[in-house]
Amino acid sequence: MTNQIVKMTVNGEKKEILAEPRELLIYVLREKLGLSGAHVGCETSHCGACTVEIDGKSVKSCTMFAVQAEGAKITTIEGLGTPDNLHVLQENFKEHHGLQCGYCTPGMITRAHRLLQENPNPTEEDVRFGISGNICRCTGYQNIVKSILSAAAELNAAKEAAQ
Amino acid sequence: MKDEVTREERVTNLKGLGSSRKRVEDARFTQGKGHYVDDINLPGMLTGDFVRSPYAHARVKSINIDAAMALDGVVAVLTAKDLEPLSLHWMPTLAGDKQMVLADGKVLFQGQEVAFVVAKDRYIAADAVELVEVEYEELPVIVDPFKSLQSDVVLREDLDPNAPGAHGPRKHHNHIFTWEVGDEDGTNAVIDDADVVATEEMYYHRTHPCPLEPCGSVASMDKVNGKLTLYGTFQAPHVVRTVASLLSGIEEHNIRVVSPDIGGGFGNKVGVYPGYVCSIVASIVTGVPVKWVEDRMENLMSTAFARDYWMKGKISATKEGKITGLHCHVTADHGAFDACADPTKFPAGFMSICTGSYDIPIAYLGVDGVYTNKAPGGVSYRCSFRVTEAVYFIERMIEVLAIELNMDAAELRRINFIKKEQFPYDSELGWEYDSGDYHTAWEKALKAVDYEGLRKEQAERVAAFKRGETRTIMGIGLSFFTEIVGAGPVKNCDILGMGMFDSCEIRIHPTGSAIARLGTISQGQGHATTFAQILASEIGIPADSITIEEGDTDTAPYGLGTYGSRSTPVAGAATAMAGRKIRAKAQMIAAYLLEVHDDDVEFDVDRFVIKGAPERFKTMGEIAYAAYNQAIPGLEPGLEAVSYYDPPNMTYPFGAYVCVMDIDVDTGVPKINRFYALDDCGTRINPMVIEGQIHGGLTEALAVALGQEIAYDEMGNCKTATLMDFFLPTAWEVPNFETDFTVTPSPHHPIGAKGVGESPHVGGVPCFSNAVQDAFRPFGNRHTNMPHDHWRIWKTANDLGLHD
Ligand code: FES
Ligand code: FES
Repeated sequence: MTNQIVKMTVNGEKKEILAEPRELLIYVLREKLGLSGAHVGCETSHCGACTVEIDGKSVKSCTMFAVQAEGAKITTIEGLGTPDNLHVLQENFKEHHGLQCGYCTPGMITRAHRLLQENPNPTEEDVRFGISGNICRCTGYQNIVKSILSAAAELNAAKEAAQ
Repeated sequence: MKDEVTREERVTNLKGLGSSRKRVEDARFTQGKGHYVDDINLPGMLTGDFVRSPYAHARVKSINIDAAMALDGVVAVLTAKDLEPLSLHWMPTLAGDKQMVLADGKVLFQGQEVAFVVAKDRYIAADAVELVEVEYEELPVIVDPFKSLQSDVVLREDLDPNAPGAHGPRKHHNHIFTWEVGDEDGTNAVIDDADVVATEEMYYHRTHPCPLEPCGSVASMDKVNGKLTLYGTFQAPHVVRTVASLLSGIEEHNIRVVSPDIGGGFGNKVGVYPGYVCSIVASIVTGVPVKWVEDRMENLMSTAFARDYWMKGKISATKEGKITGLHCHVTADHGAFDACADPTKFPAGFMSICTGSYDIPIAYLGVDGVYTNKAPGGVSYRCSFRVTEAVYFIERMIEVLAIELNMDAAELRRINFIKKEQFPYDSELGWEYDSGDYHTAWEKALKAVDYEGLRKEQAERVAAFKRGETRTIMGIGLSFFTEIVGAGPVKNCDILGMGMFDSCEIRIHPTGSAIARLGTISQGQGHATTFAQILASEIGIPADSITIEEGDTDTAPYGLGTYGSRSTPVAGAATAMAGRKIRAKAQMIAAYLLEVHDDDVEFDVDRFVIKGAPERFKTMGEIAYAAYNQAIPGLEPGLEAVSYYDPPNMTYPFGAYVCVMDIDVDTGVPKINRFYALDDCGTRINPMVIEGQIHGGLTEALAVALGQEIAYDEMGNCKTATLMDFFLPTAWEVPNFETDFTVTPSPHHPIGAKGVGESPHVGGVPCFSNAVQDAFRPFGNRHTNMPHDHWRIWKTANDLGLHD
């Protein structure tokens, strides 16, 4: 099959890759761009392990062709925080034991990041509903929810302090 | 030297036993820098994919690979014929049976591996899979183990029907084994004579561990050096190395097996799968690395399932409720091959722990294993070798007996618990329970939830329901479990002949930091965090200065891996013991440096001090430096130790759980209002990690009890092979759990720890199930089978006339 050039902005960097029209975005991210943070857990849009952010929306990248991302702005887990300066969500997942095997974690944090953009003041119910497209087999969600709520509180406090 | 830090601060700085130390793994996982099998990409690597059988039972008449081979980018297509010259078309299972790697003349379950396509990328491989032409001739399908034992249809034509199997004589060509423990005649005599007898049949449905990361492997045969490297989702990398060597004929020292980060295992990643074998063969054939990673459907259809036990129980008691005898028979559906991962001498695992937490004077267990046209497996899914089945069985029998006695089920348990002073307790079916204090745990749990108050509330709710004021009813689920983990003593526990010890090797570096390597492998349990804590307390080096490494057979000492909650009981013990060896040598070095006799110094948190003169001391850092830089008479340089730990007994964690649930009788939807879990796992290493394990185990218990089922239709089609059909709970369905604990250390474990990862699953399943069944008890319910999905709950309500 013929390859196509796809241009997109990934974690703030302009990227140009060659992809077959049938290639899923998750594989292009993982294998052509070396961003292996997002994982594959089902390839059927059920588990959320492959969640990334595209143009301000959480998207399961196993259910989108790379060519559909032409011109898109994509943020993956690798685009949140740096080793010396972790994102508040990353810090809180560590602090509250919001992960075990880590397989769901990049998708979960990326989803939570979007959720807090949409709703900076979520209730526990909002968080539970908001991440219900992301499955975790290890943690039972309790500490994930705690991590996200605590990150939200911290972000809000920082915002207030800045004002 | 002036010591400005208090002793208490020194203890805190170690982050040793009992510290809720944050996990060291999390920095990389939260940044997307975990390194899982599918993240491995080697130069020139090819991708493998399976042609799988659409039929549950069929003869394979022919396989034509021409069209597939003609496709650009396809490098090889392997069939059983290609594997046969290498004797790799079949492989041994962990249960002493054998299993086809690729279909050899017939297929025995839907999704069975028929051919292995190797291509340049996954897309080409998938195209080629479609192009392989397989001609099948359908055969009669058997999905019911009872029918299987009556059927003329021979499932396993490769087996001599008259020859004994791995576990003794077989009664029928589809029968695998009979396993019996206890005194059947004696038990029957007691039950026949008893005041009260309750009998019940229950089906513990087939389910699947379904970790979020599917199984996979990358094999890389380096023909120049004759070395095979195999990366994979292995819960037991060392066992995989030995099996790979035995199968392939490659000498074991030329095989390196690596388990990188593992995205959850729960028992799914214990066994050896055809995909691993095929990736190895394909790499040998093609001379380049070959990756195989299954997709979710393949995972659910073909890799190890769990449970599928048909259990029949009889329990007898006096009028006052003292249990006098227990009889249990299991018909165990093992699918097409017996691929259970149990210690060799235990073909039904530790099912004989089915007398539970109760002092039962006489008991019998019989298990019959049966072949059917379903996927092979029978692994311990988040439990230790069939303990989940055993605990579900006894906790349901207790409830049924309570109904028979017209007695409160909490009281019935109280009357029959093994008493604290009876430990170590020898159970009728042959186990020596190491320690326990069940009554204390039970009373604490009942008090925490205000059990009496709950029962009152329930009675009011029943009355309100009967008056037509509400359409919801309330259930109170109770369970008390005793786990049996930490397999196990080499004298009676082995897998494929290998004793189930485990190991730890420690090296202290000159600057006072350390690396420890273990024979286990974390799949999310946080070993890198917790094992460092055990060691910190033992050797006085801060956990933050200790690296824990597992999973690379070239560097780690041999061990049997991580499953059945065995890491803490066995490898954790090895860690402590190796630490003690370090400490013994450190003591000699300290004494030399302080110019006193060995016996005149003692260990104190992070140093050796002169007895009675604690201001004179040598820190572990100083001792480590001296070990490498000073000639000490009579001592070799260096500070290293290794321990292979053969546990003298299993450990027996226990716990008391209560679940309070509302059920809408018109929709069948349950709502969990409260879940209280008290766990006693002996000495607690890291309370934060323990709590996380409990949340996770309870969530999988909820899943199994309320819907997570692998189901087949009569044609042997797997009806639950996607996450659309196979229930994995989301954050929306899972409640917050309340955790609590008591501490009853194991008397034989070096630090008294018992293991915890699986307890919540073992105790949780009966608790959720009992809650559903208890809600219906006032309306005449006795027992209904799991999974209690909405439809089945609705059906129970309907059967009991609650919709009339
Ligand atoms: S892999 Fe995309 S949702 Fe599961
Ligand atoms: S941490 Fe393992 S799946 Fe979420």
